[in-house]
Amino acid sequence: MTGLNWNRVLAVLIKEFKQLTRDRITYAMMLAIPVVQLTLFGYAINTEPRHLPTAVLMQEDSRYARSITAALKNSNYFDFVAQARSPSELDRLLRTGDAQFAVTVPGDFSRRVARGDKAQVLVEADATDPSATGGALAALAALPDQALSHDLAGALAARGPSPAPFEVVVHRRYNPEAITSYNIVPGLLGIILSLTLVMMTALSVTRETERGTMETLLSTPLEPLEVMIGKLAPYVMVGLVQTAIILAMAAVLFHVPMGGGWIGLSLGVALFITGSLALGFLISTLARSQLQAMQMSFFYILPSILLSGFMFPFRGMPAWAQWIGEAIPVTHFLRVVRGSLLKSQGLGDQWRELLALVAFVCIVTALAMARYRRTLD
Amino acid sequence: MTLAIDVHGLNKTFGDKHVVDDVTIQVEEGRICGFLGPNGSGKTTTLRMLCGLLTPDSGSGQALGFDIIRQADEVKLRTGYMTQKFSLYEDLTIAENLEFTARVYGLDRRRERVDAALERLGLTSRRGQLAGTLSGGWKQRLALATATLHEPRLLLLDEPTAGVDPKARRTFWDEIHALAAEGLTVLVSTHYMDEAERCHEIAYISYGRLIARGTAEEVIAASGLITFHGEGPDADKLAHELAGRPGVETAAAFGQAIHVSGTDRAALEAAIQPYRGRGYAWTEAHPTLEDVFIQLMDASQDNIR
Repeated sequence: MTGLNWNRVLAVLIKEFKQLTRDRITYAMMLAIPVVQLTLFGYAINTEPRHLPTAVLMQEDSRYARSITAALKNSNYFDFVAQARSPSELDRLLRTGDAQFAVTVPGDFSRRVARGDKAQVLVEADATDPSATGGALAALAALPDQALSHDLAGALAARGPSPAPFEVVVHRRYNPEAITSYNIVPGLLGIILSLTLVMMTALSVTRETERGTMETLLSTPLEPLEVMIGKLAPYVMVGLVQTAIILAMAAVLFHVPMGGGWIGLSLGVALFITGSLALGFLISTLARSQLQAMQMSFFYILPSILLSGFMFPFRGMPAWAQWIGEAIPVTHFLRVVRGSLLKSQGLGDQWRELLALVAFVCIVTALAMARYRRTLD
Repeated sequence: MTLAIDVHGLNKTFGDKHVVDDVTIQVEEGRICGFLGPNGSGKTTTLRMLCGLLTPDSGSGQALGFDIIRQADEVKLRTGYMTQKFSLYEDLTIAENLEFTARVYGLDRRRERVDAALERLGLTSRRGQLAGTLSGGWKQRLALATATLHEPRLLLLDEPTAGVDPKARRTFWDEIHALAAEGLTVLVSTHYMDEAERCHEIAYISYGRLIARGTAEEVIAASGLITFHGEGPDADKLAHELAGRPGVETAAAFGQAIHVSGTDRAALEAAIQPYRGRGYAWTEAHPTLEDVFIQLMDASQDNIR
């Protein structure tokens, strides 16, 4: 290989940029994907659901019973949608899914409270989707202490429930309200960048092979690295535009805290964009058609969504899946982004993840260069 | 004389297919050499080896004085190559395609050259039009202009006029002759006999082997082919009847006439003898290139079987 000729790189770059701006799909991918996905995922995915439909069976109508339901309602997790008249009706509401929670206040509730005799409220949860009820159930822990505090003030104060022998402290840091979009939105940055950049570059090079223009390119003095840099540079811009859109939407629409860690974040974004582009280029050297390139891209993107900790908690996965996850660049990128925005991490906290991204860029670029054929052999 | 192309014993195998088998070609500078042969005979592969797109399995040679394997970069710089399929960017304009090529070859006076090429093509007023919207003939002329923008000394054209109408083909060939007159060497593959006749010399390749070389006259003479031209009723039927007879190597109907060819005069005359009396007028004719090529094609097929 002779030295890099920047004029030739420029030739490819200008050509690629013009083609890019002439292709409507490019705009669709660059603008619509972040906006649509962010809106959809940001608002649609919620692993901490609230306002869950709840049915209640009041076997006695008392001040205490009403206070219990009011307290449940105030937690925001429970919305009372039905008042059952019998235990079997309550059972039916839960079974049909009309209610996700069933609350029963027994007939002897106020008597037992007044006597200090282990009063109970029964909460039945439809736990078919445990993650959907987990948050609500956790919120119940604080219920007994608070619900009746007003009612027990005054004359009956002395008979108020004695403090529990121990208490469960739930302390959620970084996202105390467990707002899912704080987690999902920065994660989407990684997913959207992979989705568009890997696929766009994979397609752009394969397109040249498919249309026969690669043969012309190869018959010119262009060197592999010149073609690669020239073809990929315009997409760096696409990636940066997407990053800007996503971060702006994250801040404005979803109020994701912008905690800082900007150096780490910038480095992470730069490395991740470069790596994704190189990966797309690598795919294009393997694929024989645009369809194949598309399929190979999906082969990469699916595990990126499922195993990177984007969709499901990383620590919730079995060890083998975590190992696969560690090999996926998106995993490390997500940690950098979430770390920067939510935890205000500095470079000292992030160097391991950034190093993993550097390795990704180096390996993939080397493979792509080795695979790119200067001939049609 | 200086040889622009001088390659010996080129071989190329794809899997178990021997696509190019020991091909040796020499083309003098400033000549137009027609490269003929049936589909899949190895023409494209040979052209690709000459311009460094494919590496020969064995064989060696020079193009423009540079080794085609070790100095492929030098060859590329001085060679224009036009692929079989239109392979410019359809989503770039005519001018942009030319500008891209000018940049890739690092040409000076870029604007001037592009303008000159557009002027020469007669496309100055349509410079902003997307290349994909051009008709077949114009696409090929644009491709030719692009392939010659860097003033190559060797031009390799792979079936440049496939699917192009006769008038556009003629314009295209006028341009090729104009380029050759300026000293450019041209190796062009084609299926059209009229184009073959416009070449200074022809090379016929079949099943990867070069089986005939020389000017059109030389190739016809070397074939030793004798052709009889018959006119009479039901020429189509007659062609069918004659085709199987001993001594007849090819028999083809042309409207009301029939062409019968063979290399053995006595056997050929014996074959047409029964039809002399029945309203057929037979005259000996000069074999055409087409007669020769069909005979070559059949003969080489027989060799393979």
